[in-house]
Amino acid sequence: MKIIENIFKFNGGVKAQTRKSISTKVGIQKIGIPKYLKIPLRQHIGNLPKLKVKEGDVVLKGQLIAEADGSVSAAIHAPTSGKIKSIEKILLPHPSGLPDYGVIIESDMKDKWIKKIPINWAKIGVEATIKALQNSGIVGLGGAAFPSHLKMGSKATKINTLIVNAAECEPYITCDDMVMRERSEDLINGIELVESLLGAKNTIIGIEDNKPEALSQLQFHTKSHKNISIKVVPTIYPSGDAKRLIFLINGIKIPKGKRSSEYGIQMFNVATIIAIYRYISFGEPSLSRITTISGNITKPQNYEVLFGTPLKALINQSGGQKIKNDNFIMGGPMMGFKLPSIDVPVTKAMNCVLGAEPEMIEDKKEPLPCIRCAKCAEACPVSLQPQELYWFSKSDQFEKAQEYKLFDCIECGCCSYVCPSNIPLVQFYRYAKSELISEFRAQEEADVARERNEFRIMRLEREKQERAERNAKRRAQSSKEEKSKLIDEKRAAISAAMDRIKEYEKKK
Amino acid sequence: MLIAILVLILLALIIGLVLGFSSIKFKVKGDPIVEKIDAILPQTQCGQCSYPGCKPYAKAIASGEADINQCPPGGEDGVKALAELMGVEYKPLDESHGITKPKSVAFIDEDTCIGCTLCIQACPVDAILGAAKQMHTIIEKECTGCELCLPPCPVDCITMEVIEENAENWKWKYPVYSLSKKPAKVQ
Amino acid sequence: MFNQQSPFIQKTSSVTQVMLLVMLALIPGILVYVYYFGFGVLFNLSAAIITALVSEFIILKMRGLSVKNYITDGSAIVAASLLAISIPSIAPWWIIVIGTLFTIVIAKHLYGGLGSNLFNPAMVGYAALLISFPAIMTKWPQPIEYLSIHEHLNIFLYGLKEKVDGFTSATPLDFVKTQLFLGNKVIDTSSYQSYANATKIIGIGYLLGGIFLWYKKIITWHLPITFIISLFVIASIFWLIDPIQFQNPMTHILSGGSLLCAFFIITDPVSGPTTPKGKIIFALGVAVLVYLIRVFGGYPEGIAFAVIFMNICVPLIDKYSQPKVFGHD
Repeated sequence: MKIIENIFKFNGGVKAQTRKSISTKVGIQKIGIPKYLKIPLRQHIGNLPKLKVKEGDVVLKGQLIAEADGSVSAAIHAPTSGKIKSIEKILLPHPSGLPDYGVIIESDMKDKWIKKIPINWAKIGVEATIKALQNSGIVGLGGAAFPSHLKMGSKATKINTLIVNAAECEPYITCDDMVMRERSEDLINGIELVESLLGAKNTIIGIEDNKPEALSQLQFHTKSHKNISIKVVPTIYPSGDAKRLIFLINGIKIPKGKRSSEYGIQMFNVATIIAIYRYISFGEPSLSRITTISGNITKPQNYEVLFGTPLKALINQSGGQKIKNDNFIMGGPMMGFKLPSIDVPVTKAMNCVLGAEPEMIEDKKEPLPCIRCAKCAEACPVSLQPQELYWFSKSDQFEKAQEYKLFDCIECGCCSYVCPSNIPLVQFYRYAKSELISEFRAQEEADVARERNEFRIMRLEREKQERAERNAKRRAQSSKEEKSKLIDEKRAAISAAMDRIKEYEKKK
Repeated sequence: MLIAILVLILLALIIGLVLGFSSIKFKVKGDPIVEKIDAILPQTQCGQCSYPGCKPYAKAIASGEADINQCPPGGEDGVKALAELMGVEYKPLDESHGITKPKSVAFIDEDTCIGCTLCIQACPVDAILGAAKQMHTIIEKECTGCELCLPPCPVDCITMEVIEENAENWKWKYPVYSLSKKPAKVQ
Repeated sequence: MFNQQSPFIQKTSSVTQVMLLVMLALIPGILVYVYYFGFGVLFNLSAAIITALVSEFIILKMRGLSVKNYITDGSAIVAASLLAISIPSIAPWWIIVIGTLFTIVIAKHLYGGLGSNLFNPAMVGYAALLISFPAIMTKWPQPIEYLSIHEHLNIFLYGLKEKVDGFTSATPLDFVKTQLFLGNKVIDTSSYQSYANATKIIGIGYLLGGIFLWYKKIITWHLPITFIISLFVIASIFWLIDPIQFQNPMTHILSGGSLLCAFFIITDPVSGPTTPKGKIIFALGVAVLVYLIRVFGGYPEGIAFAVIFMNICVPLIDKYSQPKVFGHD
């Protein structure tokens, strides 16, 4: 283990008040098993998993209730033992506030585990282990919720370095910090395991300098591990963004459209690595996560929560809001979104819930026009020109916005944070991206419709031609006698049919 | 004076030669403008423009026979894109060809369907699955909402269902705030 | 209504704060100006600010915009102040009023208001005045005569009645230019030495203000440093060729409004470029043009026209100086 000196610095970034100490006064707390758990099927990027249970089924803790559909998908397991009460539309923790399908489990409070089968990965080999991970339900627990087995590499990509994302740059969020303080041993074991599975030669843990206790824990546990180094990066938001952190650690700039695996690097969040470790070494699928509840809350702290736990339970356990305004934000204050309702369950992507402080949700001063000061361009960590993207998005000139690399924007919020005119810049980028994506989808559908239409026209033409050929052949084959014979036969058939009809009519 | 005239004539001759030569050497086969127009049209193949499909309408626009504002499914955005491509003035959608309706897909009521295949023959993109005396059903993903299957059905069992906003196709809305005392214009 | 999406926290900064800091940065220069040339400039400043606020109020009402939000942003006050300290301090009151009206109504609001003006408003006002009233705009007071407030007020309200020869003069730059035009060599510089010294100290006052602005991160180093260096380089080239015909570079930088231009005029965010490379090109262009107009052009001071000309080029400069996005080559 060694600590690497930091020498890279990305353009921009902001230094906001981190407010992390308010939720690290106590350790990770446990919360009681709720009576009803509502588990949505849509908790990750990719296809919805296929249901394997129906209403009335009895399930054990860790039992598979939905299977991954294809490779870009993740499984869902029962977080506790009980009975499947119903499969219906439940409210999702999503900015739209629209409901989607999910499984409601009525727990029997016994918390009985299914038989845990650890995976002897050394025996069955790396490929089989990665395939087994598809059933683990593990997705990126840093907030992106991308199925982790897809990141475990393949024969085609060669991974040299594993980078562990321990930065946690957003204000208020402390779940990764607490995990490192309390479960470093699991983390280091997990790192060794993932490193071997990836075939990587070494690991670098990237951590911000505002986490001294976690850093000392990591240093203690990696004393004898020569292949694991720690790099301390300065506390600037958003140093925890994957591509920014890779640049801070080794100076490689990865553009949009390219994956870090193409550069021999793979990155995982600390909680994800622990989840992978527990699944392979102990057979425990992904059933819970650490969630920070902070901000305008009476007792801000971190909880270990089962997926599907109602958010209300967490809020009540923390004493509710200090200043009641019934507004909660999922995620951090820079990139999170306002929850349309608190009747939502805890999902795999819910790393933090903030009670909205009054200044976060008050109606701020009306935005002034843009004064072209370019402070946003100075703050953008991706070196974009936010003011140009703003002018194009505002006037619906989406192609130009795309030309100026709109899709490279990581929606970190640095530009809106510094704007002296108070313009809500990120809102415009989200709108423009949404519109462009739906335009692409419509274009794809139109292309398919065009193809089908052209095929249909061709098919009709082909049928007409075949019919004409058949008729020409028949006309050419039969001679005059045969023709008259055919006509006589047809006449006889028609008169026989007419007789049959007359008989039928008489009988009626 | 004479020299000036001679120089200009010489220049005209040279430029004319160059242009003639390039028009023969670099001639493009086919009519690319029709493809470009067809790329803008929404491919609903509904025939509301009074042409049997999007490609014939594209050809009609290219030849000047049809106007650019006859496609309701393309909406105002489509007319604007066509106006820019053809280099003509924008004009609003011609209401006599229909109004722009929200995207919908057809739905066959299976209790009423008699399996006559008339709708299958009418569908321009072959989005109806079925055979004679067998149950017919609409392949939702391929249906363009052209409504050509509604008239032929003898038992009127086909209805159009509007595609609702759901968790899959939800979009962020345009941020609205007012810069003046006047009420904000809703986009 | 619009704080329903992230980010939910924000750095406390506003257009008003920025403009306030700019006004603060102007104070050292203005104080030195008053010390050397008397109180005339303060009358100009007050008239400019009052005219700016009144005309902006009327225009905002006519446009139907929220007066409270827009008048408090301070941009009109800054533009009017820059104009007031650029014109001669012995100009009568109607000069500054007409100039401010030009600046606020025509150069700012008729182009679309805050954030939409194509040209630097103060420079448009100055150019309009220079072309319309060249006689008044080229009569500058000498620092040797020190008038009292009462006398300044008189000049302000009623204009310069008598041709006071020993009192007014052209600026050092203008003097040298006229002499060279007449074919005389300018060797003896003692006659206007005190004047030149005065403008140099005033320049240093603006330099201090500019450094304050840079420290507060209101402006970046690109524009002022590039302007000063470019002006120095081009002035040196010509000076080395013929030291008699052309003045030495330090004079060019410290006299006239060069330092005011470097830190306050070309750094106007709305009419200037937005990219770092673009700022360097813009400042280079302004410096070259300023030098050429001063030496070879028809006017003694070329800043206003140089800035307006480069403002026209800004959209082109912006388009071709886009920085590389992270990771793209």
